Amino acid sequence: MAAHLSYGRVNLNILREAARKELREFLDKCAGSKAIVWDEYLTGPFGLIAQYSLLKEHEVEKMFTLKSGRLPSADVKNIIFFVRPRLELMDIIAENVFSEDKHHSSRDFHILFVPRRSMLCEQRLKEQGVLGSFINIDEYILDLIPYDGDLLSMEYESAFRECYLENDQTSLYHTAKGLMTLQALYGTIPQIYGKGDCARHVANMMLRMKREFAGTQNQILPVFDTLLLLDRNVDLLTPLATQLTYEGLIDEIYGINNGYVKLPPEKFAQKKQGEASKDLPTEPKKLQLNSAEELYAEIRDKNFNAVGAALSKKAKIISAAFEERHNAKTVGEIKQFVSQLPHMQAARTPCFPTLLKNEIQSLSNNSRQYPVSPVSASEAFFDNLTVEQEFMTGVDTDKVNTYIEDCIAQKDPLIKILRLVCMQSVCNNGLKQKVLDYYKREILQTYGYEHILTLNNLEKGGLLKPQTSSRNNYPTIRKTLKLWMEDANEQNPNDISYVYSGYAPLSIRLTQVLARPGWRSIEEVLKMLPGPHFEERQQLPSGLHKKRQQGENRTTLVFFLGGVTYAEIAALRFLSQMEDSGMEYIIATTKLVNGTTWIKSLMDRPESQTP
Amino acid sequence: MTLASWKSGPVVQLGWTVSDELLCIQEDGSVLIYDLFGSFKRHFSMGQEVVQTQVLEAKVFHSPYGTGVAIVTGSSRFTLATNIDDLKLRRLPEVPGLQGKPSCWVVLTQDRQTKVLLSNGLDLYIVDNTSCTAVVPPGLSPQAGSVVHMSVSFSYKYLALFTDSGHLWTGTSNLFTCLSVCLPVCLCIYQPLYLSLCLTRCRRPKSQQPSVVLMWDRLLLVAGVCNDTIQFPLEDPCVLIGELDGVRIISSTNQELLQEVPLVCQDIFKIASMAPGALLLEAHREYEKLSQKADEYLREIKEQSMLGEAVKQCVEAAGHEYDTNTQKSLMRAASFGKCFLTDFSPDQFVSTCRELRVLNSVRESSVGLPLTHAQFKQMTVQVLIDRLVYRQFYPLAIEICRYLKIPDYQGVSRVLKHWASCKVQQKDLSDEAIARAVCVKVGDSPGVSYSDIAARAYECGRTELAIKLLDFEARSGEQVPLLLKMKRSQLALSKAVESGDTDLVYTVVSYLKNEMNRGDFFMTLRNQPVALSLYRQFCKLQEQETLKDLYNQDDDHQELANYYVTASYKEKRLESRLSLLQSAVDEYNKAKNEFAAKATEDEMRLLRFQRKLDDEKGAGLLGLSLQVGTGVVLVLKSLAEKEEWEELEKFSKSKKSPIGYLAFVEVCMKCNNKYEAKKYVSKVTPEQKVKAHLAVSDLEGAADAAIERRNEAEMGAVLSRCSASDRLVIDRLNRARAGAAKK
Repeated sequence: MAAHLSYGRVNLNILREAARKELREFLDKCAGSKAIVWDEYLTGPFGLIAQYSLLKEHEVEKMFTLKSGRLPSADVKNIIFFVRPRLELMDIIAENVFSEDKHHSSRDFHILFVPRRSMLCEQRLKEQGVLGSFINIDEYILDLIPYDGDLLSMEYESAFRECYLENDQTSLYHTAKGLMTLQALYGTIPQIYGKGDCARHVANMMLRMKREFAGTQNQILPVFDTLLLLDRNVDLLTPLATQLTYEGLIDEIYGINNGYVKLPPEKFAQKKQGEASKDLPTEPKKLQLNSAEELYAEIRDKNFNAVGAALSKKAKIISAAFEERHNAKTVGEIKQFVSQLPHMQAARTPCFPTLLKNEIQSLSNNSRQYPVSPVSASEAFFDNLTVEQEFMTGVDTDKVNTYIEDCIAQKDPLIKILRLVCMQSVCNNGLKQKVLDYYKREILQTYGYEHILTLNNLEKGGLLKPQTSSRNNYPTIRKTLKLWMEDANEQNPNDISYVYSGYAPLSIRLTQVLARPGWRSIEEVLKMLPGPHFEERQQLPSGLHKKRQQGENRTTLVFFLGGVTYAEIAALRFLSQMEDSGMEYIIATTKLVNGTTWIKSLMDRPESQTP
Repeated sequence: MTLASWKSGPVVQLGWTVSDELLCIQEDGSVLIYDLFGSFKRHFSMGQEVVQTQVLEAKVFHSPYGTGVAIVTGSSRFTLATNIDDLKLRRLPEVPGLQGKPSCWVVLTQDRQTKVLLSNGLDLYIVDNTSCTAVVPPGLSPQAGSVVHMSVSFSYKYLALFTDSGHLWTGTSNLFTCLSVCLPVCLCIYQPLYLSLCLTRCRRPKSQQPSVVLMWDRLLLVAGVCNDTIQFPLEDPCVLIGELDGVRIISSTNQELLQEVPLVCQDIFKIASMAPGALLLEAHREYEKLSQKADEYLREIKEQSMLGEAVKQCVEAAGHEYDTNTQKSLMRAASFGKCFLTDFSPDQFVSTCRELRVLNSVRESSVGLPLTHAQFKQMTVQVLIDRLVYRQFYPLAIEICRYLKIPDYQGVSRVLKHWASCKVQQKDLSDEAIARAVCVKVGDSPGVSYSDIAARAYECGRTELAIKLLDFEARSGEQVPLLLKMKRSQLALSKAVESGDTDLVYTVVSYLKNEMNRGDFFMTLRNQPVALSLYRQFCKLQEQETLKDLYNQDDDHQELANYYVTASYKEKRLESRLSLLQSAVDEYNKAKNEFAAKATEDEMRLLRFQRKLDDEKGAGLLGLSLQVGTGVVLVLKSLAEKEEWEELEKFSKSKKSPIGYLAFVEVCMKCNNKYEAKKYVSKVTPEQKVKAHLAVSDLEGAADAAIERRNEAEMGAVLSRCSASDRLVIDRLNRARAGAAKK
């Protein structure tokens, strides 16, 4: 079921199994039949740890969503609340418990806090007078959730906002705890590098926790050689840019949530051609996207321009293999053919290859050099891309951009505008006051005054800022780190810049340089980027020092504090696969983001009460 | 050890707890607990009613739950406490016909239940929580008389009863099985002083059978189940204590252990024994004498392929021996034998060596823990270390931990923790000196909790010392609860912040909020930015009003203004909304954010204007944003959708379009009106010409425009739209491109 987690360099299934074991233990603590009341936010991440079947095995008979009022009736002995430690949720739970008592009295209540117990919440339950009603109050430490063989996420949506806007470092505490759990399972990570204030904070907490737990750690040969902690605000540019890998594009267009993409039903219309149209699915279809699907794993990280070719090549191979059945003469040959069938069938399932097929076709038919195109959707796409690339290469970033002006005039989605404006600001190390005010005024007048709060947030987060006296250092950073590659090869990439068709993500460049030749070579640039950079070493118990085989790759865990995009992940995977890199990367983050979800998390939209 | 004059009431019974504390059970039912050094630790009572009725007799017993106390009171009632560390008193049911105390009684622990077995006259009763049952031991005839002595084995498995007619009954403690009834001393007229059970082995190895040790004034008698007796004369008056594998005999000058010789030792040391172990020992002896007989003995063992067994026997026997020389010769013999074996696991040899060294060191009279090997195995190293620690043999305990390579967390650290807790109670040392001493010794040994040590110091009333010690605590989180308890809330707050655990910060903050007045509370937060921002988060969700006060206090005009903006949206009435926005304007001005102030003023003007429009026309515009550009697009869209083409044309001519004319083209095409769309193609700016022509699918026009502009990219775009039928256009474009390339 989760085999894809164990294929990678580091067997992340260990982490998943540890999490499952803990869940089972908690469920068994509450003897008898159970109903789980879910904090809805948790269902997605939990789905990656345990399916309903596991819960069912442990007598979970009903599941509800946490909402105020009375609990739905269910003939069970235990009611278990699975919640994040949030005060507003405590109030709802209290309400549930109160209205419950009148109707049934024999049901036992339990709370499972994810990822950690909170005294504050328990205090709140006490004030509400329901704390005594709970038989078990426990915590389920679920910080890092394995997403794929090389990917971990905390799915902590508000991490960036909390850290940079609200100075609330709760997510960093969870991060540090999560890394401690990881080290308990995979051994102490001997080297820690980091860049940014949050990275420093996390590293400090880790080192302190290590001191605190000293002596209790079990002796495990370290699996990871290095940990790299990167603040998202070190590289604000990358998530703003439109991702151009297959998976990145799916995320940009449809949005990937907890490893699943929801597709509109009409996507599956063609598949059922010839059948009566009423048979068409009316509900959005959910597809799981991970390396368990071989074909998907093969194309997910390719530039969209290369996907078509890869697919048709694959299709040819498969149909050739399929045709071979005619040539199979002996029983042995037929047997061999049959044994390959499931594999071929999987590749022939239309879900993955046809996903985005139309989009990709129309996009790649119109190569990006030609901004004029008949299909308006792809035209807008390429216009947008052109502007993004102009910004990234530093063309006219100090002036009001006419394309952005037009988009505002046509009232394109606000997030699209914000992405572009922020990008311009980041690529120009801040906008001239006049330019900034112009954009802000246009936005407020077009989209409504209430967005003044959002603009304020973006300024606070450093995505949008007035240019201060210091000169624009973005060109220096771009040149030193080679962030723009003119000759990016999308088909057979030789550099990470292929993931954005020319732009090499800054965060990944930093990672790449760290591995070779080391950060010392880019001291100047590092100083231009916000926050300190540092290196720490964690002492290993004697006897646990790895004896490296010749040619054995080193493993680095790259932790993005504040979010990472699929394109960045693709770039790291590309680096792992490069023959001479000598480094394999495992990626961890607080949240998988794209420009849209990221900007959305920074928006404030007061609900108007005006009738 | 300490001698002290007893100032409390009369003591009925003394006893030791599992953690080596002295229990003094007094007549009035209060139980005083002292540590090994005679300092008072705490006390508890066996119940109020006992104060009147008095304790007649008491017993201290041990069970898996810990140390228990049982008493019988003047009103002939039994009261039990199974674990004195978790005191739950249980009054047992009345025993029929019992006056005063029974002639004898014991406490039994069976099936996780604690019961009392007692004898009253000719009757035997078992009393448990709910009932009192008369019992008759099988095989004991009524003529045997009444039971005057009883004893239960260490494991609570066996029971021995002694009657006034001299009969000794031995059986299982559940009274189901009788193992033997005998008259050990026919002319027994005196009652024995002590009766104790110990386990011995019968002929069949491994099956243990109890034997009973009885003691008269000057006579010790061992009675086995097979009616054999052994007698030992005694010189001094003694006391017997039953133990796991023997009976300890304590006289006023010395102590002895009476124990059945372990089978393996019998095999080796029996006269003329031919057991492999005995032969190996002999072989080694000869070997040391450099005699060739060594070889003969070895051969003999090897011929029977018993060398492995021989080594095992020697090692095992060494474990049971007390004399170090014997231990050594046995171990050497084992080591010698081992040389001739190829794959023999050395584990047992090594561990026995280690254990013997430990045992020998604790058996030293200066330490005084004369444990047998079996007892040591039963109690585990952990408990042994605890015992040493209770006796304050810290250096020895640490040595043992290091020698046995016990993980620090369970070993050295535990000893150090105990040492430090003891150290902080030394009244003759200054806080400074103690803190330094503790820090030097403990350092950052893993698993030693400075906060625990500090808590101990605080309990002893040394708050300053506690605070000094807390400073060494690495886990900031651990310091917080104690600091709060000591009312060092400021310090608690900074420690909570340091820990990074935001929940802990919240906890301290909510504690402070209740403890302090508002002004002080705000001031405290001001010095802790992290706590302040967390509190702000809390207020954002829970206490909007407080949030305002916080911003006010910090003169954070920008945030204050944002606060007013947010608040304004919650207002239904326009007037209140406007007044909040006005406050926002003021604050934005104070924050020198001219842009935001201006924007807010504009919004207010717009709201007023829209209200006016609403009032006049009822248009429902309030809250909509207005902008010229948007307006134009909206108008275009609506006109096109209504297919009012004439109006659209008029509109295009009315004044210069602020958004250009490409939008007109697109809007028409969206409604599939190519004819109308073409009208506007000529009006677009040169840059948009190609796009406009393509939009109306006018390839030739597009080609013309592109060629005219000499724009290769645009030519390419046109080309990409051409199909095979557009030969002419393609040729033209290719020519133009070629021409451009030449230049």
